[in-house]
Amino acid sequence: MSLPVEAAEALQTFQNAAGWEQRARLLMQLGDRLPPLSDADKCEANRVHGCESQVWLVGELRDGLWQFAASSDARMIRGLVALLLLRVNGLSAAELQQIDLPDWFNQLGLSRQLSQSRSNGLNAVLQRMNELAQ
Amino acid sequence: MMIPSPWRADFPAIAALQRQDQTYLDNAATTQKPQALLDALAHYYANGAANVHRAQHLPGAHATQAFEDSRLKVAQWLNAGDSGQIIFTHGATSALNLLAYGLEPLFHPGDEIVISALEHHANLLPWQQLAQRRDLKLVILPLDDDGVIDLAAAVHLIGPRTRLLAVSQLSNVLGAWQPLPALLAMAKAQNALTVVDGAQGVVHGRHDVQALGCDFYVFSSHKLYGPDGLGVLFGRNSALEQLRPWQFGGEMVLEANYHESRFRPAPLGFEAGTPPIASVIGLGATLDYLAGLDQDAVAAHEAALHDYLLRGLAARNGIRLLGKPQLALASFVVEGVHNADLAHLLTEQGIAVRAGHHCAMPLLKRFELAGAIRVSLALYNDSEDLERFFEALDQALELLR
Repeated sequence: MSLPVEAAEALQTFQNAAGWEQRARLLMQLGDRLPPLSDADKCEANRVHGCESQVWLVGELRDGLWQFAASSDARMIRGLVALLLLRVNGLSAAELQQIDLPDWFNQLGLSRQLSQSRSNGLNAVLQRMNELAQ
Repeated sequence: MMIPSPWRADFPAIAALQRQDQTYLDNAATTQKPQALLDALAHYYANGAANVHRAQHLPGAHATQAFEDSRLKVAQWLNAGDSGQIIFTHGATSALNLLAYGLEPLFHPGDEIVISALEHHANLLPWQQLAQRRDLKLVILPLDDDGVIDLAAAVHLIGPRTRLLAVSQLSNVLGAWQPLPALLAMAKAQNALTVVDGAQGVVHGRHDVQALGCDFYVFSSHKLYGPDGLGVLFGRNSALEQLRPWQFGGEMVLEANYHESRFRPAPLGFEAGTPPIASVIGLGATLDYLAGLDQDAVAAHEAALHDYLLRGLAARNGIRLLGKPQLALASFVVEGVHNADLAHLLTEQGIAVRAGHHCAMPLLKRFELAGAIRVSLALYNDSEDLERFFEALDQALELLR
């Protein structure tokens, strides 16, 4: 399964990033470019619990392909979520089931964001995505 | 001005963390351990572990002796004298749950339990759940603007229906001593039992439970440079008579039959199962170490560091402190910056501070905050630790703003 074009670009950029500062800047840029969620979508039902910040995630199958959208009031997690959406949007249900998302963040050099002790919520977002995709 | 810590080298983990480029400023969560404790644990396990209060054999006698020596050291640390007993539990949370279950028969529907708005979940949830079980009213003492329990309000809230008062000595979020003498006097005037959560307070200065006059005093070993898995409950003799056993099994029993049993008095009657023997022995070693330090020098060092921390925070734009911290720690938020973002970037730079609700969600909600960053100090921290924190803070804020 080949990487979506945007995901491949992001991967290249993060793999070339020198140091935490540049990675942080890239995350913020990605987060800032994430299309905003409507206020109606920022409801309790769409909120991902287990995050330090508020994160909302919605997803639907359109013509058999997953389209997720998300937002957060914190910039770093918004950037992390943007990286997640780059990887999963447009996949079929079967493709989404197969994908190794922890490995995706590992390739990006962001595996620490998924460690058990992190409360930033990326783990919670992944879990919620799995639930939505069931 | 440099503020070196003369005790830094006594804590080997600090150097190890430094080699990993980590600056540890999360001491209100847990502390690093002195070499004296590591030696005591190694000695116990290397020289023959045994269960306590059970066996007639020599290893058992040695372990029991060391275990009971620690109990004596804790009693001395708190100046308990003959006024009460030291009970070992599996943590401060466990000690507070023991109280909330063991005192349950004393409460009747409509009775009141008084706590404060700044309690750690460990001193909130056991009482909240007890109130729900027995149909009691949980009364919350409000705080003033400095983060101190409002005595003027407390006078009206501690009343004839008050059966128990449970308050923190020192807030884990606000770093402010609470007015215990006045609060305890109000509770005693109503014949209410008094519980002091000393989890943070015990780490700063020596406290005398007889002078304090509380019925129960609780702390956790791991915050006081001791091993984890161990809590301490001091109970005054008269109060312990009202405490029923909560957990059952092991050597807490005096006589067991298939259909009924009799239990030991305190302390053993409240220590069901095998206690954390090595941790108890380790805590004794930590207390020996701490007792050997110049207490005035430690207090002066902690005060100087705290002052350094507050001045550094005050020198930066847009930082808002929670309450008015007096010692040990400072919690803060930065205008226009999400605390999760700041925490993320401090972590990237090897600064170990706590972000979030600090196990005091209702208190953070009262400040209308989802979370805050907390820097908390220990006797091994120095001004260089704080300089590294400030540099990282400046870098993070520059990126985020």
